[in-house]
Amino acid sequence: MNILETYAQLAGEEVVTQLQQLAKPLQGKEIVHVNSTAVGGGVAEILTKLVPLMRELNLNVSWDVIKGDDGFFQCTKSMHNALQGDEVPISQSLLKHYEEVNASNAEQLRSKLEGADFVFIHDPQPAPLLKYCPQRKGKWIWRCHIDASHPYRPVWKFLRPFLTDYDASIFSLAAFARSLPHPEYIIPPSIDPLSEKNIDLAPAEIEEVCDRFSLDRKRPLIVQVSRFDRFKDPVGVICAYRLTTKYVPSLQLVLVGGTATDDPEGKIVIEEVKMAAQDDPDIKILLLPPDAHKTINALQRAADIILQKSTKEGFGLTVTEGMWKGKPVIGGNTGGIRLQVIDYHTGFLVNTPEGAALRMRYLLPQPDKIEEMGKKAKAFVRDNFLMTRQLREYLTLMVALLHGDTNRIELESTL
Amino acid sequence: MLATPPQETVDPFAIKDCALIAIATGKKAINLKEFRDTLETINLDSIYHHFWGSLLEPRFEETEYNNDFASWARRGLHDDKLAERLAMLDPSFYPNLEALRQELLEVIEERLDENEYLTWMLATESFEFIRSQIVVFDTGMRIDHPAKLGELIPSLSTNSIFYHFIDARRRLPEQKNDFSYWLVSFNGLYEELLNQLEGIDPYFSSLTELRQQITVIFQKCCPGVNV
Repeated sequence: MNILETYAQLAGEEVVTQLQQLAKPLQGKEIVHVNSTAVGGGVAEILTKLVPLMRELNLNVSWDVIKGDDGFFQCTKSMHNALQGDEVPISQSLLKHYEEVNASNAEQLRSKLEGADFVFIHDPQPAPLLKYCPQRKGKWIWRCHIDASHPYRPVWKFLRPFLTDYDASIFSLAAFARSLPHPEYIIPPSIDPLSEKNIDLAPAEIEEVCDRFSLDRKRPLIVQVSRFDRFKDPVGVICAYRLTTKYVPSLQLVLVGGTATDDPEGKIVIEEVKMAAQDDPDIKILLLPPDAHKTINALQRAADIILQKSTKEGFGLTVTEGMWKGKPVIGGNTGGIRLQVIDYHTGFLVNTPEGAALRMRYLLPQPDKIEEMGKKAKAFVRDNFLMTRQLREYLTLMVALLHGDTNRIELESTL
Repeated sequence: MLATPPQETVDPFAIKDCALIAIATGKKAINLKEFRDTLETINLDSIYHHFWGSLLEPRFEETEYNNDFASWARRGLHDDKLAERLAMLDPSFYPNLEALRQELLEVIEERLDENEYLTWMLATESFEFIRSQIVVFDTGMRIDHPAKLGELIPSLSTNSIFYHFIDARRRLPEQKNDFSYWLVSFNGLYEELLNQLEGIDPYFSSLTELRQQITVIFQKCCPGVNV
């Protein structure tokens, strides 16, 4: 059974038929995705699944990863933080290096990118490529995966000129959109229920993972899965855990993260987290390789509640993943988390470690409530946040760009 | 045996589907006066989106209000009176979106006159004006008898239901839906079915629920439907 057939079973035949119909006007067009890392992080994860799915619709799609060195990723990590609002000045020499790395990558990719019908550039890392492809013939789309609603102005001022010539941009929420002279589409990300991170697991697999990390299945467990990044507030999670243990002394906390090639700051944050944990045996800080998908899946399934206490969040794929496993999510009241965590229904939105502790203290003694919220959470993801919905919107966007900025596009019948 | 309509005069029903994509307009409002001012000039597509397009966006169970403007009045401005008044605006009662815009402005100005402090009171969350593009495509399916349409409806995509039952109100005269528009061609043969379909209030249902309501009406009022 191919991916589309499997999706038809999960999301409905009509969902797949829609994709096939929308893909018809795009047959023969060359589509290229470009980002800065092949593994680790939400963007790589989405592309790993989206690209094969597009190929099954007979679309001519490829995915290229730009190459960078430590200096480049140091710059783009600062840029990432600055776009999310941190006051992170970046030196002129680093910014120059950022442009040079893009120019060098453009040398490698130019003929392909200039010839493509659609080029999707993901996040700020490869954004200047467009400047180095003056003979481009297709439509270029900048896909911003982060919350850039209140960026540190000097960094945005530097980046904006690279973005203005794009034909369109995509943001996860309307509130994230910046003022740019082209249509700014709103497309929330999604998860792939068929990936190792989301497929159903046998109880024995979950047991094995819990045994491996010395987790007691008889005791309550909360889990946060995310990069070790200050915006994910891992120290705040530890604080919330400590406040909750006064009421639920048997509580266990797992903080799961990994490292990505474009995230040099992670190591510093991990040290901060270890210091905050103070060798508490019930706090597990797990650094997993980028391909530990089944392990993460098992940990999310073993959890009673999923946490995502971010203070800034573009979308929060781990929120969707947790909900897909039928777990309530206690999430930071920020960004795309608000779109997924419907307060009092699929989980709770909180603003402080105290808020997270309050909700854990409320939920943990009520397994029925946890189950009820978890069921709602899973149904909400099925209806709104599966990969098929995101792909449908990407296809719609490409069809729309072929027809100009008109509000209604009636495709001619291919009968 | 299906009742025989005067088919020589009726074209088959073409099943279409659609995909809607949202676009940020870059315009936002943080108080009621700003909201009123922006509403005066905003593209009509944006008014359409906030009344209808949100049906295709992530939403949860029953919504409290049936359009985004009313929801913002409640959640952002915390003005329950305005929220209730905006929620009672039924776009089906207005001949076009411009008339609907004028009525929206009327309601807002009336509220601003009632309470001066609303002019400067900041909302706790801003209202983001969004517009949308709709891509319509032909599924290739053609239906020549209402009973066959009734059998097909449960398997139509929710977007197809949106196109034929919601979007049609913008395309057709008298704010009709495509199903009713087609059924009228059968010269009074499906009067009860027509009445029931037009009696559906689509504001509070998800598209899945709407599809279910339409299915039930076809089963009840259209002879020969076998789902």
